[in-house]
Amino acid sequence: MTAELTIDQGRRTLIKGAGALACGLLLTVRRSDATPASMQTAIRSVFGNAEIGRGKVTIDIPSLVENGNTVPMTVSVDSPMAATDYVKSIHVFNEKNPQPNVIGIHLGPRAGKASIATRIRLADSQKVVAIAQMSDGSVWSGQVDVIVTLAACVEGL
Amino acid sequence: MTRPLINVPARAKRGQVIEIKTLISHVMETGFRPSNIGVLLPRDIITQFVCSYDGEEIFRADLFPAISANPFIVFHTVATQSGTLTFTWTGDNGFAVTEQASITVE
Repeated sequence: MTAELTIDQGRRTLIKGAGALACGLLLTVRRSDATPASMQTAIRSVFGNAEIGRGKVTIDIPSLVENGNTVPMTVSVDSPMAATDYVKSIHVFNEKNPQPNVIGIHLGPRAGKASIATRIRLADSQKVVAIAQMSDGSVWSGQVDVIVTLAACVEGL
Repeated sequence: MTRPLINVPARAKRGQVIEIKTLISHVMETGFRPSNIGVLLPRDIITQFVCSYDGEEIFRADLFPAISANPFIVFHTVATQSGTLTFTWTGDNGFAVTEQASITVE
């Protein structure tokens, strides 16, 4: 009886230990990644407490990406780009790269068209968010989910 | 020194929105990637790209390690007058490249 109990306790301790170890491993693995929470922090550090509305911003990324090292991305904002009504800045964020920031763009009324294109790196299948601030101070966002088959930054591992 | 590729239309009508494409050769080392001996390679990226039209800044981009190697940036501007467009890339380890392109507006 006592022996059984000890074995049972021993097993429980082992299971608990394994559980704690697994949690620890998960934490260590995740710590360096840009989680949705760190993306939120990055967004707040750029836009402060501004209310972020949905819409007006369109991200154009292929929904299935073969190579995460160069992902073509176009971000366009619905704006007349007139002297009094234009897009001031566009910031792009991601969830799972080591860093949440992707690019920050500063425009003026002389841009004529609020549309930019570049090539980005994506470390995993994730959500990409673009947020634009207008000249009147309002903030708008657009987001897209991307599936990445070959992640960026794996070649050195 | 690396010579960037810049695509600006040579001629444009006044008030026309023109597309500008730029490409510069750069490794954009993220600082998160280990080398073959397991040590992290130090970050070496372009941090800022600025375009000015006759001295007035019209476009600025802050770049992060999430931008691919050989940064390719496409943006737009209104052709207001004949003049010079100046493109400047600055980055880690004192990286600085400036290139100019001229445009004729009629």
